[in-house]
Amino acid sequence: MTTLLEVSGVSVTFDGFRAINNLSIAIGEPELRAVIGPNGAGKTTFMDIVTGKTRPDSGSVRWGERQVDLLKLSESQIAKAGIGRKFQKPTVFEEQTVRDNLAMALANKRGPFSVLVWHMTGGDRARIDELAQEIGLQDRLDDRAGDLSHGQKQWLEIGMLLAQDPRLLLVDEPAAGMTPAEREHTTDLLKRAATTRAVMVIEHDMEFIRRLDCRVTVLHEGAVLAEGSLDHVTKNQQVIDVYLGR
Amino acid sequence: MQACGLHPGPLFLAQPEEMKAPAMLRRFRRVPFCACLIALCLLVPHMAAHAQSAPQTPLQDVLQTVQPQVANPSRGTVPDVLSALLARDAPGTVEFLLAWQDRGVVERPEDGLFFLARETGGMVELIDIDTGAVIGQVGTRDVNQIRPNAGVRREINAALVQFELMNPDPARRIAALESATRSPDPEQIPALELALASESDAGIAARMERLLDLLNARFTTDTATRVDAIDGLRGDISTEARRVLNQLLQTRSDFAQTLPEDANIARIRTPGDDMDLHAAYGALVDAGLFPPSPGRNAIRDTLRANVVDGAVGGIPVHQLDTDAARQVAYRALQDAGTVPPLVTQADMEAAVAQYVFFDAYLEADAAVTDAARAALDSTRTRIGAFQFLSLSLDALSLASIFFLAAIGLAITFGVMRVINMAHGEFIMMGAYTGYVVQTLIPDYTVSLVVALPLAFAVTFAAGVAMERLVIRHLYTRPLETLLATFGISIALQQLAKNIFGTQARPLTAPDWLAGSLALNDLVSISTLRVGIFFMALAFLLLLLFILNRTRLGLEVRAVTQNPGMAASMGINPDRINMLTFGLGSGIAGVAGVAIGMYAQVTSEMGANYIVQSFMTVVVGGVGSVFGTLAGAGLIGALQKGIEWFNPANTLAAQTYMVLFIILFIQFRPKGIVALKGRAAGD
Amino acid sequence: MVSTTQPDTARPARRSLLRDNPSVLWFTGLLGLFTLGVSILSEGTGIGVLSTSMVKILGMTLCLCLIAICMDVVWGYCGILSLGHFAFFGLGGYAIGMWLMYARTEIVIRDSLAGATIPPTQTEVTDAVTAQIFGVVGSSELPLIWSFAGSLPLQLAMVVLVPGVLALVFGWLAFRSRVTGVYLSILTQAMTLALSLYLFQNDTGLRGNNGLSGLQNIPGALDVPQSVLSVWFFWASAFALGAGYLLFAWVVSGKFGSVIKAIRDNETRVRFLGYNVEGYKLFVFTLTAVVSGIAGALYYPQAGIINPAEIAPIASIYLAVWVAIGGRGRLYGAVIGAATVSLMSSWLTGGGAPNITLGNYRFLWTDWWLVVLGLGFVAVTLFFPKGIGGLFDYLVRKKP
Repeated sequence: MTTLLEVSGVSVTFDGFRAINNLSIAIGEPELRAVIGPNGAGKTTFMDIVTGKTRPDSGSVRWGERQVDLLKLSESQIAKAGIGRKFQKPTVFEEQTVRDNLAMALANKRGPFSVLVWHMTGGDRARIDELAQEIGLQDRLDDRAGDLSHGQKQWLEIGMLLAQDPRLLLVDEPAAGMTPAEREHTTDLLKRAATTRAVMVIEHDMEFIRRLDCRVTVLHEGAVLAEGSLDHVTKNQQVIDVYLGR
Repeated sequence: MQACGLHPGPLFLAQPEEMKAPAMLRRFRRVPFCACLIALCLLVPHMAAHAQSAPQTPLQDVLQTVQPQVANPSRGTVPDVLSALLARDAPGTVEFLLAWQDRGVVERPEDGLFFLARETGGMVELIDIDTGAVIGQVGTRDVNQIRPNAGVRREINAALVQFELMNPDPARRIAALESATRSPDPEQIPALELALASESDAGIAARMERLLDLLNARFTTDTATRVDAIDGLRGDISTEARRVLNQLLQTRSDFAQTLPEDANIARIRTPGDDMDLHAAYGALVDAGLFPPSPGRNAIRDTLRANVVDGAVGGIPVHQLDTDAARQVAYRALQDAGTVPPLVTQADMEAAVAQYVFFDAYLEADAAVTDAARAALDSTRTRIGAFQFLSLSLDALSLASIFFLAAIGLAITFGVMRVINMAHGEFIMMGAYTGYVVQTLIPDYTVSLVVALPLAFAVTFAAGVAMERLVIRHLYTRPLETLLATFGISIALQQLAKNIFGTQARPLTAPDWLAGSLALNDLVSISTLRVGIFFMALAFLLLLLFILNRTRLGLEVRAVTQNPGMAASMGINPDRINMLTFGLGSGIAGVAGVAIGMYAQVTSEMGANYIVQSFMTVVVGGVGSVFGTLAGAGLIGALQKGIEWFNPANTLAAQTYMVLFIILFIQFRPKGIVALKGRAAGD
Repeated sequence: MVSTTQPDTARPARRSLLRDNPSVLWFTGLLGLFTLGVSILSEGTGIGVLSTSMVKILGMTLCLCLIAICMDVVWGYCGILSLGHFAFFGLGGYAIGMWLMYARTEIVIRDSLAGATIPPTQTEVTDAVTAQIFGVVGSSELPLIWSFAGSLPLQLAMVVLVPGVLALVFGWLAFRSRVTGVYLSILTQAMTLALSLYLFQNDTGLRGNNGLSGLQNIPGALDVPQSVLSVWFFWASAFALGAGYLLFAWVVSGKFGSVIKAIRDNETRVRFLGYNVEGYKLFVFTLTAVVSGIAGALYYPQAGIINPAEIAPIASIYLAVWVAIGGRGRLYGAVIGAATVSLMSSWLTGGGAPNITLGNYRFLWTDWWLVVLGLGFVAVTLFFPKGIGGLFDYLVRKKP
């Protein structure tokens, strides 16, 4: 397992509020990692920084074997470099069909001109069908994404993430609002994805984390409080204080 | 004050109701009279004989004592008449003299009485000299207009100046000085010198000295006196002083074979360098020294006149469609000796090289022109500073108008993220409200006092109605609000056209807002603009008070920053939105009254301000009163600043301003005063 | 899983275009029929039921429909409420207008000098043309931007280049700094305002508020009567509209359409999918600007005159109104909106409609049309956000 993403010494301040405070995290490939922490611990801001949505005041974010400086890239360039992100709120394009959503996410050329002359090849078709199978939406490919249930939208978004074929998946609260059966399916999806790539999951639900059965990083006030297996971190006195004192 | 001084006659005749002169003159009788008499005795000997008979006799009676000389003034008789009249100084004398001088006095042939006259539509209105009352109207033939000739008029003027300059009342002396400054005349010099010697008021003495300097600089022949006078004008930024100095520095362009010794040379010009070669040669041609150079048209006409058998100089006519071919043909004619020769560049250069070209001052005395230039240079910095001040005032005034127009928009945009395209029409509504009120209440001051709150009420109501009926349903679709309010805007505009017609309606400012405040010749500002400035200031303070010190303001700020949270804390966003919209619209209405007085009331006036208002809001930063203030300040300053560089072209100024704003938004997309953090949203 | 996939690698693009836009077939069909009908009824080529001015109005309407399609693509599909597309339209008009005016004046001047003893030089002709065109703004020098005015191919290139480059530069600046939503609208409006103010100046070389005139006379076809010319232009406009419809139907279908619709709905998300959102917006903005310029170049020879008032911001807002009334996000909606509203406007304000007498009040359409339009527009926004095109959807859905 080699280090894929290395965040070191990153700080960011909003209007005097220090959202991220000298944070350092690294993730290897392949790896499944869960990030937990109380509200305001900086979990989402951390993802914003990695994906280029927020620029940190200081620190560095390095990516891949060639140690690319992600802070110099735009959001779309970061995405093209191989980082996919799923938002907390499911954001699929509701006006368009499931197929169109997936087609858009497929790892093809992204420039306007190549997209303009693009048409679906057999390979693309096969890939879309395969993904649809994976996320359990094979029967709904031609339905509007807006007509899907909440859980299905979450899956579709994960499917779009997989279609991008990223090396690192950042997944923000994938299980929120899902039924227990849907959660199980989601866990399987993520675990399967993590066999070939790095997956980082933000979640509140301890049961979900436990099922993921992976290394856990605890964030608090914008910095890493503890790291290790779930059992290890839940025994940590500081972590207990933070969660109980909340 | 001016009314009792040397007021120009026609103005007086046109507005007798403003003439409070007799009353004022009577008031001046309270000035210790002896002092004045003594002064007159000492300084104006030929008046002394009459000075003793001072008791108040009506002017008409005084005039009747010299009736023939007044009715038929001549250069020989008029000095005596003048001294007699001025010595008696009956009430209204000065005004009578002015009118006399301006042919504004008539004689009634029946009784020989004199009247002030005013022409009204072919008739003459007779005005009693002593009471100022209108006696009646007569035909122009029924009275004799008294027409003093130019010499008499000058006598009258000089006597008046002298008399007024030594008047015991300082205000009249000042007025006389101002009048003399307006129409400078070398004959004023002795009178001024006399007056200056006896002047006790230091301020007036200084002004007299200045006027004396002006006159001496222009009219005196003695170099030392002139240079002294010019030096005395150093640092004087008034238009008169600069006009006099610039006049002294006028030049003419000339040439000669050698530089003339006696000329006062301003600069020497080198043709081809700081002078156009053709212009230099042209000057020589004009002097008849060299033949003119045939131009393109002359060549063509010559060729045309010399066509022989379809060819000129051996070249067929149809080939003469280039300048080169025509030159060849012309040279052929030239060689045959039938046409004047072409003048080449080299010919011109050779001709010009024989002469020296220069600009010489019209004023031959170099000492004078040097002094004048030095004096002008010394004023440059001060003039620059004052012009900058004047520009800043203009910019400030423009900024207050933009602020007034935009602040209502800023409130609605900031709080509700609603682009109200009908905002301009609310401004228009306010202006029309002012106009309607003015048609009902003739007193401009009262109507203004009524119109301001009424305009607020009308547009407040319109705003609330629009919010309830339309905008409320579109909060989640901001771009569509823009379009819906645009629909309302075109409907309102057309409605206004249908009701009030397409021509502009007047909204007159009351008299106390109609004048202007002047610091000096360079810096002045109209009272109305000052009024608008204070109105903008008042609204700024009022808004700051409402937003920061009242419950409503607290709730508005809460909704601005986080609508969801505000709603969960029991603030009714519906009510807040409605009130905010009403407030923003109401302010637009009041701004409309102000803008209507400043510009004109038309159905399209709002549309003229809407884009500027948007830009003010966007540049300033959404959701902040200070942002709008900063935006208005920036845009006002910018527009005036650009006009400064290119004063003739306001359209260009506006173009560049818009371009600047487009670029500005590139670098500060959220405006000058940007809300930060999560409140700013995306 | 594999069983569901057919090995159909070479599926032609055209089929997917028609599948995604069933309207293309019947639109081009209807347009063809309409063109045929107008040609038959016109004075120039047919039985003369339609007057020449009516043919011109219809031809101009087709051009307006074309720019409405552009607006629909940029706003309805890509979510950029541009209040500047009429500026591009106007620029296209100016570009062709310069040639029309220059070339025709040159012909007139050459004709008048033909009888002279000595043939004129090129300079003399240019000077005379300049005096003729710019005398009205008191200028005697040919402005630099008119250097190519005598050349039709170069001015035709300008029709495309000037709006294209302006859109490219402006769009690059605006999109790069992530100006979106109403801010972007105001920015485009500012651009339009700056342009129209610029053109209003006498010394900018485009005759200030006089604009360019006499554009209905086509150099090289001065002998052709207007009745015939009007039909030619009608055909050109119809062809441009049909081609534009096909072009944009192709652009908005398929994956490109998916991406720009996605940008409209959630720009940030598209960015995280790895698409360069700014590039797409710039592409759409510039492409529509170019087509708008072409539409303008066809419109103004039919209108006969162009002046800076045509470019004023309000025109672009009206454009948005047409598209909104017609129905955003569907190309035929834009066409319906533009055709309906602009034809009704010219019918009602031209005094063609009967006025209504209500008791003592005479309801004059010339006075009230804008009020009705404004309020009608509010009603459409409030109650029929999908516009007239939405009705079609409703009917289509009801049928089966």
